Amino acid sequence: MGLAGAGWTLFVAGHMAGNMLIFAGPETFNRYGHAIVSNKPLLYGTEAFLILCLVVHVALGIILTIENKKAKPKKYAVAANPAKRSSLASSFMALHGSIILVFIITHLMTFKYGPEYLVEYGGETMRDLHRLTLEVFSDPLYVVGYVICLILLGFHLSHGASSVFQSLGLNHPRYTPVIKKAGFVYALVVAGGFLSQPLYIFFFM
Amino acid sequence: MNLKLRIWRQKNANDTGGFFEFEATDISEDMSFLEMMDVVNQQLVKKDIDVIEFDHDCREGICGMCSMVINGAAHGPQRGVTTCQLHMRSFKDGDTITIEPFRAKSFPVVKDLKVDRSAFDRIQEAGGYISVDTGNAPDAHSIPVGKAEADRSFMAAACIGCGACVAACQNSSAMLFTGAKVAQYALLPQGQPEREKRVLNMVRTMDDMGFGNCTNTGACEMACPKEISLENIALMNREFLKASTSER
Repeated sequence: MGLAGAGWTLFVAGHMAGNMLIFAGPETFNRYGHAIVSNKPLLYGTEAFLILCLVVHVALGIILTIENKKAKPKKYAVAANPAKRSSLASSFMALHGSIILVFIITHLMTFKYGPEYLVEYGGETMRDLHRLTLEVFSDPLYVVGYVICLILLGFHLSHGASSVFQSLGLNHPRYTPVIKKAGFVYALVVAGGFLSQPLYIFFFM
Repeated sequence: MNLKLRIWRQKNANDTGGFFEFEATDISEDMSFLEMMDVVNQQLVKKDIDVIEFDHDCREGICGMCSMVINGAAHGPQRGVTTCQLHMRSFKDGDTITIEPFRAKSFPVVKDLKVDRSAFDRIQEAGGYISVDTGNAPDAHSIPVGKAEADRSFMAAACIGCGACVAACQNSSAMLFTGAKVAQYALLPQGQPEREKRVLNMVRTMDDMGFGNCTNTGACEMACPKEISLENIALMNREFLKASTSER
């Protein structure tokens, strides 16, 4: 569960950093996209790895959630006081995880399998992803949905990124507090970075 | 102080059960939560109503018998205390207090607030022991034990097996309890002969008993009256990984 999630945890940081090239202008962004799809071994290798991680993560998630619901047939009438209540992020992993899964599918349909606008740079024809991105993020409804999903991704990562260490048996009074803080900062940076793109495009471009 | 109590009453494991309201009047803030319950029960006896059943024994926080979920928190709102050590000064006059039994499929309700925690006994039987030679008692200090290891083992052994970890966990996972039992022996030289067999048997029994899986929410650690650390769960995960890969 944790290891499969870790694959995606690492991927989203790279994806977020690459997308930052949208601020470097249309040519840089389109050439970056073209370079990725032109490198077939890298593209197919990464895609296969991510699909495997996703299938394992989702399948185990479903199995564990069913087992866990069975183990707790009845919930309490009132919620515990803050001193004895676990974090929102850790308590609702299955819920935001499910929304993120729907988001991944919609996201692929919008961009990867979306309209194929073409552009030519120095005799080389490639997809104009810059135009598509600007077009998509001019729709306020889409931007709102995107922002909500990315905040949920941030929540998911804020627990998941450090939780995997505990599951694998890595807990030490010296390192665990640092790992927890680092996991939170990682989630903040990834979600914040991703959020900056649609918001900037919607308001300033 | 006067309080309104919403208490879960249930005849047996098959009954659906429900909340009933009771008044607790003239309660001293120096009373423990269980003494307040005694006062309420005394009033019920006078009115010829069935008393509210709840588990209790030593009333000094070491036996692990008292349970109850008070306002959604196992052993009440404070950290590091059992229900019997919780004083009424933690509440205010006029408060409504909701009291429920520990809820988990593996802890069926016996009656009212009393649950059957014998699933924990099954886990203990699966590996919570060490082999000792018979004959004369050995010298007390014949086996050297590191101070740091002894301290960590003792911290794990402080677990009183009350089941608050299972009650507080949204998955009813027993990983903190089992982790503490595995850790207390794994850290000591006396625990080495059964080290691998112990973790495998205890974890498998825990799963067989129908407890849920750990999702690292940390609710167990917050609920634990003995403040057993999540470190013990990580230690058990390590031990289990090692033992299951080298198992023949």
